[in-house]
Amino acid sequence: MKKIFFSTLCAIMAFAGTSHAETINWARAGDSLTLDPHAQNEGPTHTLAHQIYETLIMRDMTGAQVPNLATDWAPSPDNPNVWTFRLREGVTFHDGSEFDSEDVVFSFERAMTPDSDMKELLSSVKEVRANGKYGFEIETNGPNPVLPSNLNDIFIMDKGWTEENNTVEVQDFESGEETYASRNANGTGAYILTERVPDAKTVLEANPNYWGIGTFPLHVTKVNYTPIKNAATRVAALLSGEVDFIQDVPVQDLGRVDDDPNLKVLNAPQNRVIFFGMNMADDDLVSDDVEGANPLADRRVREAMNIAVNRDAIRQIVMRGQSIPAGIINPPFVNGYTDALDRIPAYDIDKAKSLMAEAGYGDGFTITLHCPNDRYINDEAICQAAVGMFAQIGITVNLDARPKAQHFPSIRNWETDFFLLGWGVPTYDSEYIFNFLVHTKTDKRGSWNGTRYSNPELDAKIVSLGSETNLATRNATIAEIWEEVQDEILYLPIHFQVLNWGMANRVETLVAPNDRAIFKYMELK
Amino acid sequence: MLSYVFRRAMQSVLVLLTVGLVAFSMFRFVGDPVENLLGQERTDADIERLREQLGLEDPFPIQYWEFLTRAVQGDLGISFRQGRPVVDIFIERLPATLELAFVSAAFAFLFGVLFGIYTSIRRKGFLTNVILTGSLIGVSLPTFLIGILLIYVFAVELGWLPSFGRGDVVQVGRWSTGFLTESGLKALVLPSLTLGLYQMTLIMRLVRSEMSEVLRQDYIRFARARGLSDRTIYFRHAVKNTLIPVITIAGLQLGSIIAFAIITETVFQWPGVGLLFIDSVQFVDIPVMAAYLMMISVMFVAINFIVDMLYLAIDPRLRDGKTSFS
Repeated sequence: MKKIFFSTLCAIMAFAGTSHAETINWARAGDSLTLDPHAQNEGPTHTLAHQIYETLIMRDMTGAQVPNLATDWAPSPDNPNVWTFRLREGVTFHDGSEFDSEDVVFSFERAMTPDSDMKELLSSVKEVRANGKYGFEIETNGPNPVLPSNLNDIFIMDKGWTEENNTVEVQDFESGEETYASRNANGTGAYILTERVPDAKTVLEANPNYWGIGTFPLHVTKVNYTPIKNAATRVAALLSGEVDFIQDVPVQDLGRVDDDPNLKVLNAPQNRVIFFGMNMADDDLVSDDVEGANPLADRRVREAMNIAVNRDAIRQIVMRGQSIPAGIINPPFVNGYTDALDRIPAYDIDKAKSLMAEAGYGDGFTITLHCPNDRYINDEAICQAAVGMFAQIGITVNLDARPKAQHFPSIRNWETDFFLLGWGVPTYDSEYIFNFLVHTKTDKRGSWNGTRYSNPELDAKIVSLGSETNLATRNATIAEIWEEVQDEILYLPIHFQVLNWGMANRVETLVAPNDRAIFKYMELK
Repeated sequence: MLSYVFRRAMQSVLVLLTVGLVAFSMFRFVGDPVENLLGQERTDADIERLREQLGLEDPFPIQYWEFLTRAVQGDLGISFRQGRPVVDIFIERLPATLELAFVSAAFAFLFGVLFGIYTSIRRKGFLTNVILTGSLIGVSLPTFLIGILLIYVFAVELGWLPSFGRGDVVQVGRWSTGFLTESGLKALVLPSLTLGLYQMTLIMRLVRSEMSEVLRQDYIRFARARGLSDRTIYFRHAVKNTLIPVITIAGLQLGSIIAFAIITETVFQWPGVGLLFIDSVQFVDIPVMAAYLMMISVMFVAINFIVDMLYLAIDPRLRDGKTSFS
């Protein structure tokens, strides 16, 4: 035992002296779920995939769309239903094989198979085809002006490699076997996977043959990625210098990290808005105490609730300053956002009370609020704060907080009348929000519309966005839809989340609004 | 006697089956795994297709039956979260938990016995008070807090030991061991202290009271009267008699060290089966949860069965087959 302690002590002393300027030790709360780039449409999984695999087009650290494996793209002049892409030449996969249009066609077809988790993003696609060795075309069912914004996470695999390793198909659970691609990777990206133990350790090393050498900083030559689930441990690892970069600093620890002379916290608004949804269409609610009527169907009640939410108090007390109060459920960098729409409803209890009285609920009512407790930053605490705020206008709110795995099905199955939800917009376009949250619930659209709201006129406008090629007309329609949504008070916006990345001082990076650290852009001092 | 062994074995199997049944009936309250498996853009048709594929549409007794029939053939299914066979994941994760449990148990036993003996011989004194007070804190503080405190002191402030993970591991066949590298050994220190502290206190207090009891026995007094040295009395006569019940308890505690490593593993991001279980609960990874619960119950049932059999070997009164345990 003594020997162990002694050797331990020696080792620590040796450890303290060395440093590798080019290695980044990176930690975040969760691990990538799989290396198969089409099997999971999930943030941490895609973040890791973006280091190893590449897409035709991607979002850089500012959120702007930039060329990746495609050098340029445009709608075909001959056929409005076709998008054409010119592919980058001279790119090789990590195993040395050449990248060309065959791989792109294969990867898109793979991403469109039923077992793929990416297929919804390509649901408008009729056919993909090669046009020569470095030309690629996507034909859609009807014109799709915003197709490129759906391609930011469609990764390109090597056709030959997948065939050799019998992993042409995406993970399916029926087979009872794991697929080769879920544990191995062969992309064109800036980093090569050298080691991976799921949930424990992933090591990436710089790709010496990367096409982007000279284009990107590429200061980081090695990445050690470890998930650290416990927030206190994650912060401790950053404070002790064991990791250089963590993607999720809990709001209560921001001060500690920022006070450390060797560390800094960078933040930026996230592409995620947090809001309340209400059942505003049913004749009677299950979870309230009003018989034979639905108080939430009355616009005055919704308005009263909207102005009873003290967004500044939530920001200051619950979020410790780390949120941006919102007046619309559309993050600022998403197409369709305007400052005018995002006007935050003035907090006014007196007016709210009189609106309640006008609507016939002067004595208030009781209702249950469902809230997740493991999904968004301080989600349960936001709901607790809101309970007190609604109580001020006579609404007694019973809070039911539960894990996301129980919460989300109840929204989709219309089992909750009043709920908290967060929404990110991967396409950076309002159509995405309308399709899921505003359109009447049907097979294809409105799957997350827990409000039960249905407006055929608005539905028609939403559907028209999918094929409107004139961008001015399209944006005008988006503005009209937002006008209606805001006027109806369809949702009660709370705030936009703020991302907090903690890192050693020597790390220079922007904070990407989609919470994706892309190491080829990172600079080290 | 044979009938007693048989009856006891049957009881064990019944306990196992019941644990499994209860576990399966609980899974539907954990949430819907499909929520985590499909992205935000999922359609209702996708959800239905996947539920069908995973067999989630079947009533839980049928799901349980299918789990059992596959489990006896050594197939524990595919993890929803990782998309890999559960058996492979367990083989990968078990060494981490077992090594941690082993080191904690050794630490708890060694220091528990040492401190126990010391505090029973020196009933008063500064060091005794320090040990007793310290151990009281050890039992009263929750494990995660002890872990965080240790991390704060030894990793953040002093920078001596790592705050998370297993360090570098060496692969010996399918067993990954942290015993062979420096960073692996360093990484073991804080988690095993955290996990072993409670057990150490337990053993210490047990040794202390047993030893105090023994020291009051007549044969110790006679030994003193014979003029034997303190050292001979304490270590040749008293300790041996003290340790018999202690070893039994310590053996039984090994099971709970493995089972309750969950919190320690979460705090230290220790890549063992406990952390795997927590991740699985949040993801509603039913195959992994089921396998973990079955594994733990098999372990406890086996330990208890072995202990019962040992008692049977020791205590002749049980062999006539008439006496029943109550």
